[in-house]
Amino acid sequence: MTIEHTDTAAHDVAPPIAKVQSPLRRFASEFFESWIARVALFMLLTIIVLALAAPWITPQNPYDLAQVDVMDGRLAPGAEAFAGYTMWLGSDGAGRDLYSAILYGLRISLAVGVASGVIALVIGSLIGLFAAYAGGRTETIIMRLVDLQLSFPAALTALIMVAILGKGIDKIIIALVLVQWAYYARTVRGSALVERRKEYIEAATCLGLSHGRIVMRHIMPNCLAPLIVVGTVQTAHAIALEATLSFLGVGLPQTEPSLGVLIANGYEYMLSGRYWISVFPGVALLLTIVSINLVGDRLRDVLNPRLSK
Amino acid sequence: MTPTLEVSGLHTHFFTRAGVVKAVDGVDFAIQPGEVMGLVGESGSGKSITGFSIIGLIDDPGRIVSGSIKLKGEELVGAPEDRMRSLRGNRIAMIFQDPMMTLNPVLRVDTQMVEAIRAHRKVSKREALAQCRDTLGMVGIPAPEERLRAYPHQLSGGMRQRVAIAIAFLNEPDVIIADEPTTALDVTIQSQIIFEAQKLCKRTGTSLIWITHDLAVVAGIADDINVMYAGRIVEAGGIDAVIDTPLHPYTVGLLGSVPTSNRRGERLTQIPGMPPNVLNLPEGCTFRERCPRASAECHVEPTIQQPRPGQRVRCFHPHLDEVTV
Repeated sequence: MTIEHTDTAAHDVAPPIAKVQSPLRRFASEFFESWIARVALFMLLTIIVLALAAPWITPQNPYDLAQVDVMDGRLAPGAEAFAGYTMWLGSDGAGRDLYSAILYGLRISLAVGVASGVIALVIGSLIGLFAAYAGGRTETIIMRLVDLQLSFPAALTALIMVAILGKGIDKIIIALVLVQWAYYARTVRGSALVERRKEYIEAATCLGLSHGRIVMRHIMPNCLAPLIVVGTVQTAHAIALEATLSFLGVGLPQTEPSLGVLIANGYEYMLSGRYWISVFPGVALLLTIVSINLVGDRLRDVLNPRLSK
Repeated sequence: MTPTLEVSGLHTHFFTRAGVVKAVDGVDFAIQPGEVMGLVGESGSGKSITGFSIIGLIDDPGRIVSGSIKLKGEELVGAPEDRMRSLRGNRIAMIFQDPMMTLNPVLRVDTQMVEAIRAHRKVSKREALAQCRDTLGMVGIPAPEERLRAYPHQLSGGMRQRVAIAIAFLNEPDVIIADEPTTALDVTIQSQIIFEAQKLCKRTGTSLIWITHDLAVVAGIADDINVMYAGRIVEAGGIDAVIDTPLHPYTVGLLGSVPTSNRRGERLTQIPGMPPNVLNLPEGCTFRERCPRASAECHVEPTIQQPRPGQRVRCFHPHLDEVTV
C-alpha cells in the first residue's frame, strides 16, 4: 500500500486529489475480463428482454383461453397452427404454442424469483443487521432461529408453506421469502460483525450518531458486496424452487403456466416421443438459472477482496 | 474559573473471567478552557481507557466503578445514555490513532462531515457544507471544496487525519480527546498536525487531551502533563517542570529512554522489567518492582505529594534535588 505524502507542503500548494478510477468503473472492467461472464450477462439480459417483451413478440397469449385451440394440441416443432402461424417449438397438450408459453412462463419465473429475492433480501438483511448490532442474547436467539430454518431442506419448507397457504403467485412468493430470509440474515450478520468492530464505527459512535443511523448509513453499505452475490445466487435458487413446486403441482395453477408447469405438462408425453413439450421449457429454465449463477460467480470473484490480485 | 473537565478518583475496572482488570485505578486531573493536557504512559497503562471513560464508551465487561467526571460542572458518570449521545461529537469529541481506519470508506468526506453537524444541530445542508469547508480550511487542507467531494481512499494519511480533526472541531466542543492521533503519521506531517491542533484550541477555547506514549510530541504541544502507570497517575504538573525536573522514578526512566543527540553513543537508560500484570497488581506502589529507589516503605500505597508548587507525584522517594536528564 502506498501512501502519498503529498501534503508536506500543504500550506502553499494544493496537491491534486489522487486520480483513482471510480469504484464502479473498476468493478465493471474487472467483471468483463472474463468471457464467460460476458456471455452469461448477455444471455441473462436477452432472457430478461424476451420475457418483458413477450406480449409483443409472441403469436399467442397462452393465458387467454380464447386464443388457445385444443385442435393444435401436441403439434411437433415447426408445425402450422390452426390460426395460421408457425409453432417453431411445437405445442403442448392443451394446444398452447410452446414459444409463447415459454416466454410467458419466463415472465412468471423471473418475477417470482426477483420479487421473493428482493423481499427476502430486505427482511433478511434487516434481521441480520439487527442481530449483529444488538449482540448478546438477542443475537443468539435470532441466529439459532436462522440455523433452525437452514437445517430444513428448502424444498420441504416451501412445500409445507404452499400446502398451508394454497396456490397463487403471492403465496409462492411468501413461501420463497420464508425459505430464503435466513441466508441473507446469516450473510449480513457475518459481515456486519466484522464491520462493527472497525474503528470508523467507533468514530461514528463518538460523533453521537443514533443507532439507526450507524447501522443503516455506516454498517449496511459496507456489507453490500456479499449481499449482492448471495442475492443473485438466491434469485436463481428461488426460480428453480418455484419450478420445482409447480412441477409437483402445488405451485402455480394450470391456467397460468410457469416453466415448471409446462415441464410437468409435457412429462406424460415424454415416452411417446413428444419430447419438446418438456424439453424446451426445461432448456429455457436451465439457461436462465445457469446464466444467473455464472453472473453471480463472477460477481463473487470480483467483489471478494481476498480473491483479487 | 470552573475547569472545562474535572476528573476525580476515576476507577474503571473490567470484570473478565480471569479476574478484575483495574485498567484505570484512581485518576484525577482538571483541564482549563483552551488548555492542552498530555496524558502519557506505556501501552496498557490505562490512558486510552481514561479517554473512553470520559466519552462514556466503556464496553462490557468494563464499568466505571467509582469517581466523577464533570464537564463544565455537569456530572457524566451515570448520566443517561441519551444525554451522553447528545454530548458526544457535540461537547466532547474524539480523534483516533489510525486515520486510515476512522473514516467510513464508502461515504464521501462531505457526507460524513455534514452528518456530524446535523446529528446535533438543525441546520440546512447548505449551511452545514459551508461550515465543513471553513473547518477544513482551518486545519490546513488546501482546496477544501475539492476534498469535500473526495472519498477517504483518495486522500493521503495526513489529509485524512486533518479531516478527522476537522470533524472533531466541527461542533466546537468543550473537550477533544485525541488518542495517539499522530502515531501513525510521518514525522513531518506529525508536526504540522500538532501545530494545527494547538492553534485551533487556542482559537476556539477547546480543551485538548492528547494521549500518547511519545514524550517528544507531548513536549511540543501540551501545557500540562499527566504520566500514567498501571492505571494511576504517578506524576502531574506543568510540561516544563515535569520534563526538566521529573520527580517520579518512572518519569525519570521514561525521559532517559528517549534518544537525544547530546548523548550520542551512550547507552540509553532502560526501565528494567515489564509493566505489571494488570490482573495481579503488586501491593502498594505498582512501580516498586522495577524501581531503583524502592524500599520497604513502598509496600504501602504512596500518597500524592507536592514537593514543588504545580508538580504532584505519587512516590515516597521522588527525585528532589538531582538533575537527572
